[in-house]
Amino acid sequence: MRYLPHSQHERDEMLGVIGASDIDALFSAVPKSALKSFTLDLPAHSPEFLVEAHLRALANKNHAAGDGPFFVGAGAYRHHVPATVDHLIQRSEWLTAYTPYQPEISQGTLQMLFEFQTQVAKITGMDVANASLYDGSTGTAEAVLMARRLTRKNKVVLSGGLHPHYRDVVKAYLKDDPDLVCLSPSPEGQGDVLEHIDGNTAAIVIQTPDFYGHLRDLKNAAEAAHAQGALLIVVITEVVSLGVLEAPGALGADIVVCEGQSIGNALNFGGPYLGLMATRKEFIRQMPGRLCGETVDADGNRGFVLTLSTREQHIRREKATSNICTNSGLCALAFSIHMSLLGEAGFVRLARLNHANAILLADALAAVPGVEVLNKTFFNEMTIRVTQPAASVVERLAQRGILAGVPASRLLPGEEGVENLIILAATELTTDADIAALAAALTEELA
Amino acid sequence: MSMNTQGRPTGIGTVGTGASGSALIPDEPLLFEIGDTEHSGVDLPEVELSSDRLGGFGRKTKLDLAGLTEPEAMRHYVRLSRMNHSIDSGMYPLGSCTMKHNPRLNEKMARLPGFSDIHPLQPVSTVQGALELMNELSYWLMTLTNTAAVALSPKAGAHGELLGMMAIKAAQEAKGEAHRTIVLVPESAHGTNPATAAFIGYSVKPVPAKADGTVDVEAVKAALSPEVAAIMLTNPNTCGLFEPQVIEIAKAVHDAGAFFYCDGANFNAIMGVVRPGDLGIDAMHINLHKTFSTPHGGGGPGAGPVVLSAALAPFAPVPFVRKAESGLELVEHVEEQALGRVTAFHGQMGMYVRALTYMLSHGADGLAQAAQDAVLNANYVKARLEHLFSVPFPDYPTMHEALFDDSFLKDTGVTTLDFAKALIDEGFHPMTMYFPLVVHGAMLIEPTESESKQTLDRFCDVMAELATDAKEGNSERFTAAPMKAPRRRLDETRAARQPILKWEKPAGTLKAAE
Repeated sequence: MRYLPHSQHERDEMLGVIGASDIDALFSAVPKSALKSFTLDLPAHSPEFLVEAHLRALANKNHAAGDGPFFVGAGAYRHHVPATVDHLIQRSEWLTAYTPYQPEISQGTLQMLFEFQTQVAKITGMDVANASLYDGSTGTAEAVLMARRLTRKNKVVLSGGLHPHYRDVVKAYLKDDPDLVCLSPSPEGQGDVLEHIDGNTAAIVIQTPDFYGHLRDLKNAAEAAHAQGALLIVVITEVVSLGVLEAPGALGADIVVCEGQSIGNALNFGGPYLGLMATRKEFIRQMPGRLCGETVDADGNRGFVLTLSTREQHIRREKATSNICTNSGLCALAFSIHMSLLGEAGFVRLARLNHANAILLADALAAVPGVEVLNKTFFNEMTIRVTQPAASVVERLAQRGILAGVPASRLLPGEEGVENLIILAATELTTDADIAALAAALTEELA
Repeated sequence: MSMNTQGRPTGIGTVGTGASGSALIPDEPLLFEIGDTEHSGVDLPEVELSSDRLGGFGRKTKLDLAGLTEPEAMRHYVRLSRMNHSIDSGMYPLGSCTMKHNPRLNEKMARLPGFSDIHPLQPVSTVQGALELMNELSYWLMTLTNTAAVALSPKAGAHGELLGMMAIKAAQEAKGEAHRTIVLVPESAHGTNPATAAFIGYSVKPVPAKADGTVDVEAVKAALSPEVAAIMLTNPNTCGLFEPQVIEIAKAVHDAGAFFYCDGANFNAIMGVVRPGDLGIDAMHINLHKTFSTPHGGGGPGAGPVVLSAALAPFAPVPFVRKAESGLELVEHVEEQALGRVTAFHGQMGMYVRALTYMLSHGADGLAQAAQDAVLNANYVKARLEHLFSVPFPDYPTMHEALFDDSFLKDTGVTTLDFAKALIDEGFHPMTMYFPLVVHGAMLIEPTESESKQTLDRFCDVMAELATDAKEGNSERFTAAPMKAPRRRLDETRAARQPILKWEKPAGTLKAAE
C-alpha cells in the first residue's frame, strides 16, 4: 500500500518494543463482538491509474460549465481564477498546514489571514472582518444569532429577496422560532422589510443584489432599523458586485455576510465555499469564528496570532459565541491571492466587465418574444418571466448544450407566481456568442 | 527603517535581521506595504460603466485595495508559505487532528472540470456523475460504520455535530418528548460538543471520567433521567482510549429513551476494524479532513458527513441523493419529519472527491491497515517514552494517540508549553497541549499511520533527550524556546488587550513602497 511506510518486518519489530504479541493485542479494550467481526463489501486497494480511471469516468458524465454557453448563478458564480492562485494554494506549506495554533511556525497562514481580514473589511467598508466561516448561508445564520446576542431582542425579519437556501438554513438553526419572520418571495424587487420592523426587532436581513438580481436600498433600511434599535444584516452572494456598488458599511450596515466563492474559488458543485463576515468594531466580542491579530514576539518583531479566543468553543465550551472550529482557510487564501492580483484597479475592472456583459444579456433577452426581464436594476444577474414553465425550458436548453440559468421553482417549489421565472447570470466569461446562442435557442423553444 | 532580504522596507516596528530575516528564513512585509492601488496582476479590458442599471447604488467610497503584479504576488505568497510548518515538511503530531499524508492524486481528481467546474444548480440531468460520486461515498461511509443513512452536507466536524444533534432533537420531538432538555457530555470531550449542545438550546451536564480515563457506565446511568435527550461521547475518547464499556453505555442510554451521539473525530483509529454501528451509536460525524486525508489548508475547508442509525434516518436533512427511474435524483426539499437544510447547496463536493479517491486507493484492506498502523505508531511512541514521561492512564493500551501529563516536569521550572516550544527548535510541530482538560498539563501525541519507523525513532530520541535535559535543570532551553523559528514567542496578551485586526495606513508616514 503506497501510503503506508511500514514493512511487515518493521511492524513486528515495533510490536516487540511495545511488548504486544500481535496487533489485536492493542485493541484489547474493544469488545470481542465488535472487533473485525465482519466482512466489508468494499473493494481492495487499487493502483493510482485505476482509481484515476474510475473518477474520470464519473467526471465525464457531468456537463462542465466550460463545455458550452453558461448562465447559472443564484448564489454561485463562474469566474476566471488566475493560474497563479491554484498553483500557490497547492504549495505544501499552505495546503498541508493545520489551524495556526503554534504561531511561531505558522506566521505564513497568520499574516495571510491578517491581510485577508483587511481586504474583507475594505471591500465591505466595515471596521473588522473575521478569518472566514463555512459559507454565506451558514454565515447568515451566525449573523442572526450574533444580532440577537448584541440587541438582547429576538425578532428577526428575513427579506423575501434572501436566497431561499439561506432562508432555509436560518430556519433550521432557529427551528420553530416564533420570532423569525420570513417574508414571501419578491421577484419584482419590491421592498418588503421596513414595515415589519418594531421595537422587538433584533435584526433585518437584506440581500443585495437580491436573489432575483435587484439592487436593494440599504441606506433607507439601515435608518429604519436603527430608529427601532434593530441591526441591519446585509447579505451579498456575489462579492464581485462590491467593485461597482457602494460598500454596505458606508450605508449603515451593522453586520455584512458575503459568499466569497466568486473570488479565487471554483464552482465545485457547491462547496467548499467561503463565508465572509464583517462588522463594527464595537461588536467584535460577539462575532463568531477565528480572528487574527497583530502583536510582537519576544524580540519585538511584528508577528500575528489568533486572538480574542475567549469567544470560542475550545475555551468557552457551552458559553461560546458559536461551535465553529475548522473554517475555510484554504478558500480564504485563494480569495486573498486573487484579490491581491486584482488590486483596486483589477477588482473595479472585473466588476464593470460583469455588469457590462449582464447589460448585453438583459438587452438580448428582452428582445426574445415571450421573455420579460423583471429587473430595472441589477449587477450581473437578472430574472426573466417566460411563457412556459421555467424548469422545462431550462431542461430543454440543457439538452441543446446551453445551461440557461436556474428555474426559481427549483428553490421555491410550490410557491405561487414563480413557476415561469428563470434567474440568469453573466460574468466576465460570458461571450457575445454565448448570449447569441441563448437568445436563438430560447426564441425557438418559446415559439 | 531596516531592510529585509528583498531590499524592501520592513513593516513598522519590525527588524529585518536576526533570527527572522536571514538566509533561507524569510521575513516578508504585508501586502499593503508592497503593493498599491494601481498595480494589478490581471489583464482585463477597460469598459465604460453605464450606471442607469445600478439605480443610484454605485460606489462612491474608495476601495483602497493594494494590488500586486504576478511576479510580486508569486514571491509574496511563496515567501509567506515558508514561515509555515506543514505535514509535507515534517511530522505534525497534533493529537485529535489526524495530520496524515494528503495524497496528491486526490488534488488532481478534485480539479477535473467534471467535478470542479460544475454548478450546484445546473440541471440534475447534467450532473449524474456527481450524484453517482455522492452515492458511492455514502455507501463507503455507511458500510464502514454499519449505519442506515448518511447526511453528507455538513461543512466540518462541528457543523456535523450540529446537524446530528438537530436530528436528535427532531426525533425526540416526534416522539412527543420535547421536554428532554439535557445532554450528557463527558468532561474529556472536545469543546465543540458542549458548544453544539448549548447552541441548539440544550443544557449540558458533565459526566465525570473514571480514574482510568474512561467513562463509567454507572456514572452515565446515574446521570440519565427522563429529561436527558442524548449523550455526546467521543470514541476512541480524547485520552486516546477505546471506551471498553461503550456497548453497555449505549444500551443504558437507549433504555432511558435517549440517543447516543458519537464524536467521530478519532475514527482513524478504528476504520475498517470496528464499525461504530455495532457499538450502538445513533449519529456520528466523520471528519473527511482528518480520517480521509482531505488537506487541512491552514484551517479548513473540512467536511463533516454524519452517519445515522435507522432511528434517526428519517430526520436527515436535505439534500440527499436517491435512485429514480430516470437515474439519480437529488432531493432538495423537506419531506416529512426532515429537519430542513443546514447549508446552501449540497455540501463539500471538493472534499467528497478527495475522500472517495483516498478510499478507493486504500480499499477496505488498506483502510484497516492504516488504522492499525496508526494505533501501532502511537503505542510505539508510548512504549519508547513511558520510562521518562508520565502516563496518566496506564491500564489500557492506547489507540491512535499517546497521552502524557506534566508530572514528569514537576520541580523543573518547565511547563508543558515550554516543552512544546522546545520541540519546535528540534524541527517538529508540537503535540496538542493542555487537552484533554481532564489531564494536568496534557501532551496528546497523534503520529498517524503516515510516519515511518525512522521518523518515529527520531521523534522519540528528541523527546527523550528533551525530557532528560528538563529533568537535569536546563530550563532555559525550554523557557526561551523557540529560538530558531521565524518568530519567537508572541505576546498573546497584548494581541487580546489592544486588538489590531486589520492593517491601517500609518498616520503621518509615507506609504511604504519600493
